[in-house]
Amino acid sequence: MQRSTIAALISGAIFGTGLAMSGMTDARRILGFLDIAGDFDPTLLFVLGGAVLTTALLFRPALLPARPMFAESFRLSTLRRIDRRLLGGAALFGIGWGIAGYCPGPALAGLGVGAVEALWFVPAMIAGMLLHRLSTKLSDQRLGVGLSS
Amino acid sequence: MHGWFVALAGGVLIGLAASALLWSNGRIAGISGIADGVVFPARNDVAWRIAFLVGMIAAAGAYMAFVPGAPTPRTDFPRHGLLIAGLLVGFGARMANGCTSGHGVCGIGRLSPRSFAAVGTFMATAFATTFAIRHLGN
Repeated sequence: MQRSTIAALISGAIFGTGLAMSGMTDARRILGFLDIAGDFDPTLLFVLGGAVLTTALLFRPALLPARPMFAESFRLSTLRRIDRRLLGGAALFGIGWGIAGYCPGPALAGLGVGAVEALWFVPAMIAGMLLHRLSTKLSDQRLGVGLSS
Repeated sequence: MHGWFVALAGGVLIGLAASALLWSNGRIAGISGIADGVVFPARNDVAWRIAFLVGMIAAAGAYMAFVPGAPTPRTDFPRHGLLIAGLLVGFGARMANGCTSGHGVCGIGRLSPRSFAAVGTFMATAFATTFAIRHLGN
């Protein structure tokens, strides 16, 4: 295995440990946080807070070298516009998240123990990704522009 | 250990993992974007994605299976709810170019205005959706 692949594997393992440890794989916790009018569970706030403080501290030094340790270049989003696509997509995402309490990471992580809800949610999520790709292809064709994403 | 401390420590691990992936591979740890590149593979851009996801799923699975007192996944949510939610999450995450990890953990850490806008929006619709389902219509 290449060193970049091993580094990605280790990064993923740390990520998954963090998800499971903080209880994010239990959708009851997520809905408990999202339900401010009910029995509010602040767990997610601590998880997101710990994660964001860490990236805010460490992303800057990680980006200091001219290139990543095991790859050619840093690949960061170059998109800058806050447009309908961003806000509309985020709005739909939030509705789905608020229905069942799963976002992509915790849903996939559930596969690690064969969680029955993940076995329903993940295929539907992949179907949603497919639908999005199809719909952008169709609208790009109608507008006569090249395929961008 | 207190619940909030474990949650905070888990969050720090997630942040460390995202920083490690950026430092080593130059990539943003956005799960929906990483998964998209596995479902629709591009040449020479798949191995790190599969490795990251395999590591994540295996480690989370091992933690839930073997650590005493680890939180276990819910099992009794209505199946049609899971299907509708999954469709919306998959479609919306790709349309917005990121989810809770890409925009939330990484984007906010980079102080990206787009990510702040995305997180504010999906938090708002998620709060509203949960409220509507749990407190209206009963």
